[in-house]
This record gives sequence, structure tokens and C-alpha cells, in this order.
Amino acid sequence: MPEEKAQGAGREAQGKEEGARDKGVGKDGGENPVPLSASPLEPSSLAPCALRPAPCRIGVFICHCGSNIGGIVDVPAVVEYASRLKDVVHAERNLYTCADDGLTAIKTAISKHGLNRVLVASCTPRTHAPLFRRTCEAAGLNQYLFEFVNLREHCSWVHMREPARATEKAKALVKMGVARARLLERQEEPVLDIEPAAMVLGGGVAGLSAALSIANQGFPVHLVEREPELGGMAARLHRISPTYRNAREVVGPVAEAVSAHPDIRLHMPATMTDLSGYIGNFEVTLSTGEKFRVGSIVVATGADELRPDGLYGWGQLKNVVTQMELERLMAAGPFTRPKSVVMIQCAGSRGQKVSYCSKRCCFTAIKNAILLKEESPDTEVHILHNEIHVYGVAFEKEYRRAQELGVRFSRYSPEKPSVSEQNGRLNVNFYDEGLRRERDLPADLVVLSTPLVARPEAEELSKMLKVPLGQDRFFFEAHVKLRPVDFATDGIFICGTAKGPTNIGECVEQALGAASRAAIPLAKGRVRVEAITSRVNTDTCRGCGRCESECDYHAISLVPVNDAFGNRLVARVNEGLCKGCGKCSSICCNRSISLRHFTTPQIMAMVEAALEEG
Amino acid sequence: MKDVLVIGGGVAGIQAALDLAEKGVKVHLVERTPSIGGRMAQLDKTFPTMDCSICILAPKMADCADHPNIIMHTCSEVAGLQGEAGDFRATVLKHARHVDASKCTGCGKCAEVCRLKGRIPNEFDFGLRKRGAIYLPFLQAVPRVMNIDSKKCIFLTKGKCGEKQLCKEACERGAIDFDQKDETVTLDVGAVIVATGFDLFDPSGMFEYGYGRFQNVRTAMEYERLICASGPTGGHLEVEPTKEHPGSMAFIQCVGARDLRLSPFCCSVCCMYATKEAVLVKEHYPDTDCTIFNVDMRALGKGFEEFVERARDEYGVRFLRARPGQVTEDPATKRLTVWYEDPASGKVTSMEADMVVLATALVPGAGVAQLAKALGIELDESAFFKVRDPLMSPVESTRPGVFIAGYCETPKDIPESVAQASGAAARAFEVLKRKGGAAHA
Repeated sequence: MPEEKAQGAGREAQGKEEGARDKGVGKDGGENPVPLSASPLEPSSLAPCALRPAPCRIGVFICHCGSNIGGIVDVPAVVEYASRLKDVVHAERNLYTCADDGLTAIKTAISKHGLNRVLVASCTPRTHAPLFRRTCEAAGLNQYLFEFVNLREHCSWVHMREPARATEKAKALVKMGVARARLLERQEEPVLDIEPAAMVLGGGVAGLSAALSIANQGFPVHLVEREPELGGMAARLHRISPTYRNAREVVGPVAEAVSAHPDIRLHMPATMTDLSGYIGNFEVTLSTGEKFRVGSIVVATGADELRPDGLYGWGQLKNVVTQMELERLMAAGPFTRPKSVVMIQCAGSRGQKVSYCSKRCCFTAIKNAILLKEESPDTEVHILHNEIHVYGVAFEKEYRRAQELGVRFSRYSPEKPSVSEQNGRLNVNFYDEGLRRERDLPADLVVLSTPLVARPEAEELSKMLKVPLGQDRFFFEAHVKLRPVDFATDGIFICGTAKGPTNIGECVEQALGAASRAAIPLAKGRVRVEAITSRVNTDTCRGCGRCESECDYHAISLVPVNDAFGNRLVARVNEGLCKGCGKCSSICCNRSISLRHFTTPQIMAMVEAALEEG
Repeated sequence: MKDVLVIGGGVAGIQAALDLAEKGVKVHLVERTPSIGGRMAQLDKTFPTMDCSICILAPKMADCADHPNIIMHTCSEVAGLQGEAGDFRATVLKHARHVDASKCTGCGKCAEVCRLKGRIPNEFDFGLRKRGAIYLPFLQAVPRVMNIDSKKCIFLTKGKCGEKQLCKEACERGAIDFDQKDETVTLDVGAVIVATGFDLFDPSGMFEYGYGRFQNVRTAMEYERLICASGPTGGHLEVEPTKEHPGSMAFIQCVGARDLRLSPFCCSVCCMYATKEAVLVKEHYPDTDCTIFNVDMRALGKGFEEFVERARDEYGVRFLRARPGQVTEDPATKRLTVWYEDPASGKVTSMEADMVVLATALVPGAGVAQLAKALGIELDESAFFKVRDPLMSPVESTRPGVFIAGYCETPKDIPESVAQASGAAARAFEVLKRKGGAAHA
């Protein structure tokens, strides 16, 4: 850590751009990092453009986007308007600014007109900003001197039926963009070195698979498991659906491969006790006292089976067991086959103790029912359910096979069944939705299909990793659709049942997915981070700590300083963690924090331009 | 390091390609159609977060197009694969687009003048919109390059198109090239990832639901286009013949799926997308009655159960546990009647609906047998690509060095496809590292 602190302090003192240059950070490809817009625009980053010696020379490129914009907005009129705005030295229109000829036009104009700001008014920055930024860089203009105005989503598409007013709005948007462009400053993106190693937390099937893959991709792995042996929950199962292979045969080979791998270091039993740093440079401390550095982290800490205390007589009545307990009975060898077995689905889930469906209980019950039936065909097996949640090809097939073997499925609803003891035998009472009447089933064994629940330790771990938990207390991924194994925090990944209940095949898929993602920064060796980060004016910072507590990315901390103002605390931003959301700068009590590339003067200039007449 | 071949440009193929490209691997992304994007590009919103589907996918499509390590081969198919893991030679057949991708900007002027404009059903909108012989598959298509339908184009099929070729004349950049020929290229690759997705079951053969005979019976994918703001009706649901929005809608689940006559498997996503589709109706038209006829309501992912509860309790969507036996139509009003067994009474009963949406099975693609043969990999009994072990080797095909991701392996939703695609990318990278000698053997 000391290194980073020193570096951070250095940058705060000097202003980031200089700090970055002192470190000798160049751009990819090694082109001259200080082109056209060079020194005259450099020094005081807060001073508006108007006060600077070199004049702004802004080029405006307005895109027709085929007929998307051009069909509604009067583009030539907007170009004409833009050309009359202060500091605009060049304005043109393109059928598609993003097409090759449009990009060439930008490059040509930069050199021909000596542009030191470029504004493109077209579509959305989400898809096209990187392209235009790269184009500016290629023409020697720092990419942060590029401004984007959205005339499509923000204007033509939403005002299709009012072309005249859409044109007026387009002019206003361009004017606001020009106002901001004047105040843009060049920024250098810090490049962070990556420690080419990973840490995997958890030695169950997910953790083992992730560790093995990362190591096979060529990077050393620290595998941390809290128990004295590998395998996790899967190793405690009997046979695994849908292949019915013995759990030890399934988990054993991968556990052995991990143990034997020269690039995987096992830490077992051990837990992580402290973590600091950010992508590329995480500093880990374990309960064993060991310390090491890794570039990325995979979380595969698994889940627990719910203890069904107080449900269906579990713990009070003899012969009421969970599916996991049944697995262990079956794994232990032959036991006296009961004449009648009743399985109760959603025991504790879908509204009882937890609200969600645990996804795996239906196929687990079906598998165990089939195993019981195959070993002892005379045993009556009854599965009481409120919808059978199997899915895909294999589990659906097993569902049918169970029916063919004589396993009975009855739908209870709306109330859950109740279990009691009558004359030394268990009795299950429920309302059978199919038969539309109440029924009693005598049973020698009642098996509860209980859900997976989040581990209590997940809470503390989430704080240490600075990643969120969902409402269900499982770890919460960056985006449920498109970033299923990422966390919002860079460099940390999630897989397996720590993220939510699932089956073993999917745990392994996610683990390999996390292994792929976690190895990306390691393969790159260096990572460039956006320059849009917060900057603290330490002279005025009062050290109130509000920014620290509000920062969602835990990127701000209060640090002691001893300077001309005495012995005090000031806020410090960790640029590796800062996402540039701007929350700190907007809540700071005395405007001591500003966000690079989105400074208050820049935003205010846009607002003023919008309110101005004409 | 060797290159990697990714087959299929849907969300799974895109994810696999991006993961590898970010690691410095050169990726050949082969897509059969003229644009990447796949099925996800055709959806309106995605469950359970109700994100606009194309809005979250488009940046990834653009990343693919811009990435210096990704080479896209659209309108292309893989015809053969020789060699072994780490050292394959793939034969790729590139169909002529008849448009020079390096010149075309996708401005669409050619499409405006095509003599067949508005005459050919557009694949992207399932024929709900019509296109010409030269067209852009959809607004956000990547690459943004026009495509000529060589089976329909008058000039290409007849050798002459009126007095002159209007499209060629309209193109300011001289991008149209009728002389372009199909070509076959050979790619040296270390590993292959197959992510070809699914096809939609055509319910025309299921007489009982009247699809194809009754105008107001739609498939779920058609409905996605109809409710989408950029779709053929601008997001307005219209009932034939009145063109008014529906007063009541029925969604029928498991059409062609979990059906031993057709596909025995569960498609794993229909319960959730139907719930989403009903919520979308309610968001557009709060007064419209929505009923989902389901066999089991399989809400088995993160936040899914809660989503179904919200649909029921907040939006007022009705869930009925029944598999309708028949849909009938009043020929005069085109109004539909859904016949089913009432779960509470056990009696056959019916409800009227202005529109019926069929959750048709998502089935293995039509070309999988041919592709499996070309790649030398096996299919399972349902014609999904077989993996070596569904538990511990869920991305490995039956041929070393060839990996599988997404729905073509077994039914799954978008996040599972994305995770599996990254997983396949991890395994492919392992193969490259092994062969490159950079890592231990």
C-alpha cells in the first residue's frame, strides 16, 4: 500500500496530468501523447477556456444517420447555426459520421483547421463514443477533447412528428455541446500494472473448476478453502443428477488435478481476513497469516442447505429428514427400505422461509425417488409439489422416467402439507389439487426438499470485497443478463451457488466463465483505466467524510495529513476503484471534489447555454 | 498463438469472441445471416429487469465490429474441419453479399429504389414487415452493410432488371457489385466454439391452435416484434380487423414443447418470457386482461419467482394452470375463444380473447445435423450438441478442441448462455496455451 499512497499523494499535489506524464505513461502504440492541443491549454485545470492564452478551435460534425436524424431534423440548418457559434471554426455534415468517409473528414479537418476540440452530433455515446474518441486520438487530438451530442435518441427519434421543433432542439443541444467543449481539458488515462496471478475463494466444484482453468490458461492461482478438504457440498452428495454418477467419482478427478497442479497453491483450511487494493493489485491476507498479491479474484464460496427447524416436524419426529440427509443414508450403504416414502417439495422455499425457488430441489427429489424405486420397486414414493420445476432436456426426461417407474406426483395447494405422527407411523395430510380433495398419506419416511440459502459469512465477505449482496443474501452480479459472472467492481468475479441456487453443470459453466473473465486482465498484463475520476482539493477539504460513506465503490478514504493547515484528515480518491459516477462531487459540502471531464464549470456552461436566448 | 473460430453471432458467440479478443487472440466470428445479434436482437425487453434488449446488446455488437482482434464473416457457413485440437483447418463458405462491405455505409438509398421494395417478407420481423431485394436486415445491424437477396433480386435471377439497375445507380459509393462470387476460405485455428442458438417451432401444423388460419393467433416471437417500439407497428398491438388494441389476451405455454408428439423437453425460458410479455401488455394497456395458460409456472432463476408475483399482484396478470385443448374463431368478428379444463372445477370451459400468443418451442436449428457432420461432433437424441459430461465438462463437445455454448447445447436463458460462452472461451484459450507451449503441458 505505501507505494500507492505515495503515488496518489504525488498526483494530488501536482495535478493528475503531470503526475501521469512524470510516470512516463504513453499511449498504446507510443504516439506522441501531447499533440495539437498542447501546452497552452494545460495548466490550471479549473480555469475556463476563455482565460487561456490559446483560443479554442472547435470543429462540429453533424450526422444525418441516413434518414434517422436527417429525415426529421433539418441538418443543413443546424450546421449553419453551429458555424456561427463562438469558437466554432469548422462545421460540416455527414451522411454517416461513423462511416469511413465521415471519420476521414474528422481527421482531415483536425489538421486542416487546427482543431483542438471536436464535437460530433449523432447517436448514442454508448455505442459510438469509443469510435470517435479513437479517431481523434489517431489524428493527434487527446480523446478527452472530444464532445458527443446525441441528436438521435435524444431528439429525432422522440420528436418524429415535430420536425420544426426537433430542429430547434437540435440547435440547442449543439449549442450546449459547444459550451462544454470549450471547457474540456486533455486527460491522460492511468495505466495500471497487473499482478499476473489470481485467487479463488472456495474449493467446491465451482472453485475447483475455476482454479484449474485459470492455471491451465497459464496463470498461478491461490485457492483458499475454509474446510480441511476439497469438494464442497457436491462431494457430500450420493449420486448426481442427471448422470447418476457417484459424487466422489465426479468431484474426485478435478480435486486431484487441482492438488497436483504445479501452478495452484492450496491454502486449506484458511479464510481471507483482509483485502485491499483494486484490479491488478489486490493485497490479500489469510487467517493463516500468509499474504500475497493477485490481479483478480473469483468468489466461489457456495451455499448452505436450509435447516428446516420447526417445519414438518423435522428435528422432533423420527424419520423426517432432508434430501441431503437421505443422500447420506443412501451413500452409507443399504438401509432398511421403507414401505412408503413421501417427499415434500418447496420445504421452506417459495414463501415459507425464503421467497425464491431453489431450482435444484425438484430434480434432486426426482433423482432420489428414482434411486429408491430402482433399488426397491415395492417402495411407494410420493412427491408432493406445487409445480415441478425441472427444465431443459435431461431433467424433464428424468421426470417422465420417474412417472414410468411408478413415482407418484401430487400437487398440493394452496396450503403446504402437514406432517404428524399417528400410532407410531408418520401421516402426511394435504389438499390434492388434482383430485380436488383432502388426503392422508401414511409414511415411513418423510423427506423434505429444502432450498439452498446464502452462507452467513457472505455478509462479511461482501464487505471485505466491496461487492453487493441481493435481497436473497446471495452475491449480486454486475448485470443479471449480460454480465452474469462479473461484479460491478473490476477484477472480482462470481460463480456457483454463492450467486444463487443452481445445478452442478451450471456451476461449472459459470466457474469456467469466471475463469475466462478473471484471466483477461492477467493476459493483458496492464489495464488502462478511464481518466474520468474524482479529484480532491485538499486545501479546502474539511475531512467531513460524507464522500467516504456515500461512495458506492469504496474508492474514497479519509487519510491524515500534516500540512500548513495543521494535523487533519482529508479525503483521498483511489483511482483504481473510482468509477467516475460523480456522487462525491455533487454531495461535497464545499465543492472540494470535482470530477474530471465532468467539472461543475463544464456542466454549468451547458445549463447556461440551454437557458440563454437565441 | 493460433486463432479461434466462433460459429454463431448471437449473444453467446459475441461474448465468446470478445473474451478471447480481449486476451489478444484473433477470432473469426462466422455468422450465417447478414448481421450478428441473433435472437436477442429480436426481443423487445428482457426478463426480469425489463431492459430494452437491443439497447443492452447493441454496445456488445459494436464492440465486436470495432475490435481489432475480431474478424467477422457474415453470410458465411462452416463447411468442414480438419486437423486436431490446437491445429485445425476450417473451411468457411462465404456467400456473396453483392455489396462491397468496404464501401457501403448502409445509408439505404438503394433499398428505397429497389423494384421489389416492400414485396419480400423481412426475416427479422417474421414477415410482419416487408423489404426489397436489397436491404439492411434491421436498423442496428452489424456490420451496417446492405445485403442483396440473391434468390429474389430480379437482376441476379433474370439477368436484367428493367431498363437499368436502379440500386446501382442510387449508390453514390459504387458499393453494389453483382459480379461478387461465393468464395471458400480456409482458416487455421487452434480451437472452435459452436454457438448456433435455436430455431422456432412452426405451430402451423398444430391444427388445434389455429395458427396460420386465425389472424389474431401469434407466436411469441411475432409478439416481441409487435410490442417493440422499433417494430412493424411501432409498438402498438393491433387486433384484426379493427386495428384496435386488444381488450383481452391469452398466452398459451408449451406449444410444441413438453409434448411427446413434438419436442419432449422444456425450453426453460417460456414461462418467464410469457410473464414479461403479459407485463408489457399491461404497461402499454393497463385495462387489457391477460391470462397465461401454463402447465407448471417454472420461475426458477434469480428474482424470477418475485417477478411472477409482481406480474400477478401488481399488474393483475392471471395465471391459469391448464393446457388449452383448442382455440376457435368467430369468422365474422375474428374474435377467438380458448377452450380449456378449469383447474378448480375440472369442467371444460372457455374464455374469449382478442389475441392469442403461442409460446412455441425453441428447437435445435435446422442446419445442426449438417454442421455436426462438418465439424465431426455428435448430437444428442433431441438434436442438441452433445457435451462430454453435462456435470464436469459442460462446454466440451465430443471432439477435443471443439466447444459448445448457448442454447444449441441445451435449453437455457441469456445469462446462462453468456456464462457458458465465457466458459467455452476459457477452454479454447487453454487449448491455445497448451499448444503454444507457453504454459505447462
